[in-house]
Amino acid sequence: MTSVARAFGMRRIAYVLGLPVVLFGIWFLASAGSENFYAPPLRQILRSFADTWTLERLDADVLPSLLRLLAGYAIAGVLGVAVGVTIGLNRRVRATVEPVLEFFRAVPPPVLVPVIMLFAGIGDGMKIIVIAFGCVWPILLNTVEGVRAVDSVQLDTAKAYGIGGPARISRVVLPAASPQIAAGLRQALSIAIILMVISEMFASSNGLGFTIVQFQRSFAIPEMWSGIILLGLLGFALSLLFRLAEGRALRWYHGLREAQRKA
Amino acid sequence: MLEVSGLRKIYRSGEREVEALRDLTFTVDNGDLVCLVGPSGCGKTTLLRCIAGLLEPSGGSVRLDGREVSGPAPGLAMVFQEYGRSLFPWMSVRDNVELPLKQKKIPKPRRATLVAEALNAVGLEGTETAYPWQLSGGMQQRVAIARAVAYEPSTLLMDEPFAAVDAQTRADLEDLVRALWQRLKVTVLFITHDIDEAIYLGQRVVMLSSSPTVVQDEITVDLPAARDQLHTRADPRFTELRTHVYEQIQAAKRGARLVVDSQAG
Repeated sequence: MTSVARAFGMRRIAYVLGLPVVLFGIWFLASAGSENFYAPPLRQILRSFADTWTLERLDADVLPSLLRLLAGYAIAGVLGVAVGVTIGLNRRVRATVEPVLEFFRAVPPPVLVPVIMLFAGIGDGMKIIVIAFGCVWPILLNTVEGVRAVDSVQLDTAKAYGIGGPARISRVVLPAASPQIAAGLRQALSIAIILMVISEMFASSNGLGFTIVQFQRSFAIPEMWSGIILLGLLGFALSLLFRLAEGRALRWYHGLREAQRKA
Repeated sequence: MLEVSGLRKIYRSGEREVEALRDLTFTVDNGDLVCLVGPSGCGKTTLLRCIAGLLEPSGGSVRLDGREVSGPAPGLAMVFQEYGRSLFPWMSVRDNVELPLKQKKIPKPRRATLVAEALNAVGLEGTETAYPWQLSGGMQQRVAIARAVAYEPSTLLMDEPFAAVDAQTRADLEDLVRALWQRLKVTVLFITHDIDEAIYLGQRVVMLSSSPTVVQDEITVDLPAARDQLHTRADPRFTELRTHVYEQIQAAKRGARLVVDSQAG
């Protein structure tokens, strides 16, 4: 790496972190002398952050939350892509189910928590179902769109060269639709985090959402705030991981776009 | 051998009917290089898709090596006009060339040989791991040709393959096609809208009428087999043939069937 590139990288990092640092600074200064019980000084919140989120606590509350999130997200991913490809490839199925899908998509998933609770109880299963149910729609609809938009010349090429059946889907349709599928997965990830917290607020005995509500109810206000900060950091870390994975998987796509822009 | 007889294609959408191909009959003998030219909008693409088995004709038949074409045939490889859309951008050059061979269940060592030979034949050795979009337009079309060559077809179908590349690249690619054809002894059906290209490349030129399409005329290109861009195109005979084809295409545009002295043909 040349020094120019390194300087450029540093500058990007500065851009990414600049605003958050400024905002935290403002919060820190503005809240420094706060007497308000519900809005304690940031210094106090940060101190309680270190005290609250010990390894045991991460293991007891954050880990179960994350595992449920991943399970629900994975189920939604597999289901959304599989059903999405089926619908996207079949015009008649698409015409039949699309209005219904739009309806389900429009239902705010948190509303379904009480309903799903009736059927699935209040255990891990319920939370995973809630997360999967909320995440599946953007993945599914984006997959349908992506599959529909596969270039006809690419499909003709596949056909002319005898690439049919499973190979057509795995080698042509899915890769061609993958940028759009990734867009759906990205949307779903933020929904997953929201639903992870909400499902734990309704009925739970552990988890990040449960803990935050617990702190609030017991008036442990700095701890509550520290939980919210942790949640924000978690969301940030997850979306960073997602972007890294996407950048790798769709390296060809970003390169292609770049090449087309230059042309 | 490729036999097209009485080929007819009518597109229907609701009440409307559009007759794209009316009655097309021509043959391409084994090892021949035949060029098809026609005015724009003459149904070249429809014809090609019927021959490739991508589109079902409304009447008539296409026979490849004696067998009726009812779907994509293993003995036929196609080079599309839109190389940028026909190559898979998520695969390396090597994977693009190799994928159809995998589908043919060719064993791995043989596949490696075929891919290497094909890339060699089009002058692209060393680009195996690149993505197609990292290459220039002309090189991308070479990848598409390599993919077709590696497929070991008896017949090669080329749909205006050089319409989107610049003139100099085009000349190189034309020479490449002639060289490959002579070396591999494949049957080539080359569709173009460029009259000069048709005469330069072909042993025969089939002219199409405008849509609904019939065969307007057919000539044998009696130029020597060893052709080069400089001398062949300067040959008086080349000019004569070009004039003839040009007149026929103009007549086709007017919708007439020009009866000229067939001396040129």
